[in-house]
Amino acid sequence: MDRVKLATVWLGGCSGCHMSFLDMDEWLIDLAPKIDLVYSPLADAKEYPDGVDVALVEGAVANEENRHMAKVIRRRSKVVVSFGDCAVSGNVTAMRNPLGKSLEVLRTSYLLESAGTNTRLPDDREIVPALLDKVLPLHDEIPVDHYLPGCPPPAARIKAIVEDLLAARTPVRSADQIRFG
Amino acid sequence: MAVVTLTIDDKPVSARAGESVLAAAREAGIRIPTLCHLDGVSEAAACRLCLVQVEGRGRLQAACVTETAEGMIVRTQTDTLREYRRMILELLFTEGNHVCAVCVANGNCELQSLAAEQGMDHVRYPYLNPARTVDVSHKQYAIDHNRCILCTRCVRTCDEIEGAHTWDVAGRGTLSHIVADMGQPWGDSVTCTSCGKCVQACPTGALFRQGSTVAEMTRDREKLADLVTARRDKKWTV
Ligand code: SF4
Ligand code: SF4
Ligand code: SF4
Ligand code: FES
Repeated sequence: MDRVKLATVWLGGCSGCHMSFLDMDEWLIDLAPKIDLVYSPLADAKEYPDGVDVALVEGAVANEENRHMAKVIRRRSKVVVSFGDCAVSGNVTAMRNPLGKSLEVLRTSYLLESAGTNTRLPDDREIVPALLDKVLPLHDEIPVDHYLPGCPPPAARIKAIVEDLLAARTPVRSADQIRFG
Repeated sequence: MAVVTLTIDDKPVSARAGESVLAAAREAGIRIPTLCHLDGVSEAAACRLCLVQVEGRGRLQAACVTETAEGMIVRTQTDTLREYRRMILELLFTEGNHVCAVCVANGNCELQSLAAEQGMDHVRYPYLNPARTVDVSHKQYAIDHNRCILCTRCVRTCDEIEGAHTWDVAGRGTLSHIVADMGQPWGDSVTCTSCGKCVQACPTGALFRQGSTVAEMTRDREKLADLVTARRDKKWTV
């Protein structure tokens, strides 16, 4: 059997979902011969390749870079999974939304008294991608095939969906597998 | 006492005349999901989660305020109902700011559990992300309007069980919100007795004890119903 080309991506999230992925511990050893990890913050690939079978996408769409990446992922992958609450709902990353558009958010975070001394807006567009006015769940930017809620999703939940997708089964998940938080 | 017989999900059920479809279903062991219903206080029919189909009635009916009737045929589990329930839950999530991972009620929240139970693995509608406030002016308790679903369980509990009537709903549409007394900070309320019953009644993380952190806010709802039953049955002599 051909190895499944797996990608994991880190958009606007805290990397906790990826930590939870590593929490699958020794099962990762069983997984290793079945997949090629073609792109991931845990691997060393610079470009998101063509022909990805399954993409686990952590994090919300919070800036221009995330938005661009989301489109690339969709174009080059067969199955896209929203991996964790930030991808599924915006979650913690979207807590800035009620503060207003990106400029108000930056002002609140960098210029108000509570921001401390040396207050200055980050302005180097070459380095820092521009924030979107509103943080979006992944499925508001691109069509998503499956949702894996949890902050982070426990390792057992990740394992269950990865097993289903490797076997080309449609993941059917009970209430305790899809609870947010 | 007059008794009516009806059918719920193909099961023959008998009920006291005047009893709601929700109560009759529960007695027959048929579970209908609810959010605004709370044992011991009056119904508000605010959440619409308890919608059922009644043969011969074109519109869906809220089971908590629909009286049972002789020969009634009720369905509580159909694809239409499942779709509406999920839609209602999704809209509740878009209307406020729900971030379960950092919420005091995480793991003990009726909204969160119902969403999972009804298969809500994502929300199909845009999040409104309203700017809402948190009132921590009360000495013991606090209200986080971001998590409030306007079920009015607190309003009815404070009015009908405690008799203080501190809470009310103000504003309209998406601007509706719960207010203490005439809209002052909860801590300045002259009617609140600090009994904590509303905090026990709240299904979400909106009302909580001060000092609770993520996932710490657990509740003991049976206490409220016990209180009402004990009063009705005159278990105490006053
Ligand atoms: S109130 Fe319930 S649904 Fe809302 S954030 Fe808290 S735990 Fe989640
Ligand atoms: S603490 Fe008691 S009196 Fe005060 S608002 Fe809540 S239910 Fe009413
Ligand atoms: S504060 Fe709680 S009990 Fe009161 S209306 Fe809001 S969600 Fe319901
Ligand atoms: S429980 Fe019937 S409308 Fe809320």
